[in-house]
Amino acid sequence: MRRWTTLLNIGTLTLCAVFLIVLPFFLRPYGVYILTLWAVMTVAAIGLNLTLGYAGQVSMAQAAFVGIGAYITALLTTHGWPFWSMYILAGIACFAIGWLLGYPALRVQHHYLAFVTLAFNTLLFLAFRNEEWLTGGNYGVSNIPRPPVLGWTTDPPRSFYFFCLANLGIVSVATWWLLRSPWGRAFVALRENPIRALSLGVDTRRYTLMAFALGAALGGISGVLYAPLVQFVDPVPFSLALSLNLLMMVVVGGSGYFFGPFLGAIVSVLLPEWLRFAEGYYLIGYALLVMVLIVFYPSGLMGLAERIIYRPQKTAAASATTAVPETAP
Amino acid sequence: MTPVLEVRDLRKSFGGIHAVDGASFEVCEGEILGIIGPNGSGKSTLFNCILGQLRPTAGEVRLDGRLVTGMRPCDLNRLGVSRTFQLLQVFPELSVRENLILAGQEHCGTMLSRLIGRRDAGLTPAADRMIEFFRLGHLADQKASGLSYGQQKLLDAAMAFMAGPRLVLLDEPAGGVNLTMLANLRDRLKAINVEQKSTFVVIEHNMEFVMALCQRIVVLAEGRIIAEGEPAAVRRDPKVIEAYLGH
Repeated sequence: MRRWTTLLNIGTLTLCAVFLIVLPFFLRPYGVYILTLWAVMTVAAIGLNLTLGYAGQVSMAQAAFVGIGAYITALLTTHGWPFWSMYILAGIACFAIGWLLGYPALRVQHHYLAFVTLAFNTLLFLAFRNEEWLTGGNYGVSNIPRPPVLGWTTDPPRSFYFFCLANLGIVSVATWWLLRSPWGRAFVALRENPIRALSLGVDTRRYTLMAFALGAALGGISGVLYAPLVQFVDPVPFSLALSLNLLMMVVVGGSGYFFGPFLGAIVSVLLPEWLRFAEGYYLIGYALLVMVLIVFYPSGLMGLAERIIYRPQKTAAASATTAVPETAP
Repeated sequence: MTPVLEVRDLRKSFGGIHAVDGASFEVCEGEILGIIGPNGSGKSTLFNCILGQLRPTAGEVRLDGRLVTGMRPCDLNRLGVSRTFQLLQVFPELSVRENLILAGQEHCGTMLSRLIGRRDAGLTPAADRMIEFFRLGHLADQKASGLSYGQQKLLDAAMAFMAGPRLVLLDEPAGGVNLTMLANLRDRLKAINVEQKSTFVVIEHNMEFVMALCQRIVVLAEGRIIAEGEPAAVRRDPKVIEAYLGH
């Protein structure tokens, strides 16, 4: 049974990967742009899923980290810095700031923590807008170059899409590794029962800070890709709205599921484009759709998928449990 | 020989209420000590102070002669002190085996080795042994949320022993467990006490369970120790009878 599910999983994954590689050849540049945006936002959502979905720490500041990554890239690559160094600079900067932002989480939880992080996002947004000497204020930073990769230019939309897709692939594999390591187990323990985790030797303080820092670093990486994608960075995209949007991606996709952010980002980035035919009504329809989903399937699209795919097996397992006598001899 | 655990004049007040009011006792190597007392007599607060979950107002706690008062629970755990809680505390989304691996993983290697090293931190054999020992073999791959209450209680206890602790504090291990399971639990606890040569402190309401399990009993009432001794002697002590029956 397990081998069969593994095969099914590998098959589905391969199909999805092939689909993502073939798809841009059938799309116009705008479609490719949206698809690239999906890949970039998925990276940020994976980070938030790590912080929120796995480690259970509410963060409403993910947009701020995307912003930090984007501004670092925008400012430095326009001054001739090599693109690859942005991963290190933005990664480290966001990791460090995320670590610091984690400290309030050691004292407050849930909606209080949401407010702390929300304030941080707003603070950063104001800094992006008002510190004109550095960020260019509302005029932003323009003419951000797209990076050459191994001598190839990524200027054409499709090339840049493949570049971002490769980034998404690397981030996914790294996160997959992390979540399957003892760290991932400790994150889940932190979410489910921090007091018990602490009594089992899990240094919850260190893991909480780590969850924030790693989530933030992925937000930063997303920003590093975002800047050359739009080639123009101004403060507006990094307001609270994006943080809420990323939060929605995680929750709608399925918080705490590995593939949740991928689906959530489809709903958040691609679905509005598909609903465009409805013109003025699209937002209403979109909102209704999301609300219905969340009311009936609080565990998001992944929860829904799990129920559809695994239902027969689950009931079989459940009846097997009841058949086992409660006490062993 | 220094006792494994030494509690000296421990006090904990919440506002004007003295939950623990100067408790002192020792636990020797390999001993199973029972702590009993009526509801609200400060048993759980005493545990929480010993284990660093609460910071005591005054007094000291020593582990093998070393002062550990106010140390964080995770650091204490790594020194070999583990516990179970009064209310069930397993991780429902993890499988039985994963629960046990989690209980041991922070005791081996470093943060880095836990990130890049083996997924199970090399603990699968140890976890499986513990699963066999507590007779949960047929449930190893099930999510903990799918277990019955009694089975979760066994898992909870098994987790406390995963890292081969020197001292285990069990807070009402028998609470809510049915009779057949209870005998099983007591038998397993006694067996592991011999096998791991670990020392136990047990809080329990179930008198029969406590009398059969423990070699020595401390009776707590209103935050003070009112009696101490062998189970049979404690049971006959008029002060204990009065504390339980009320004034």
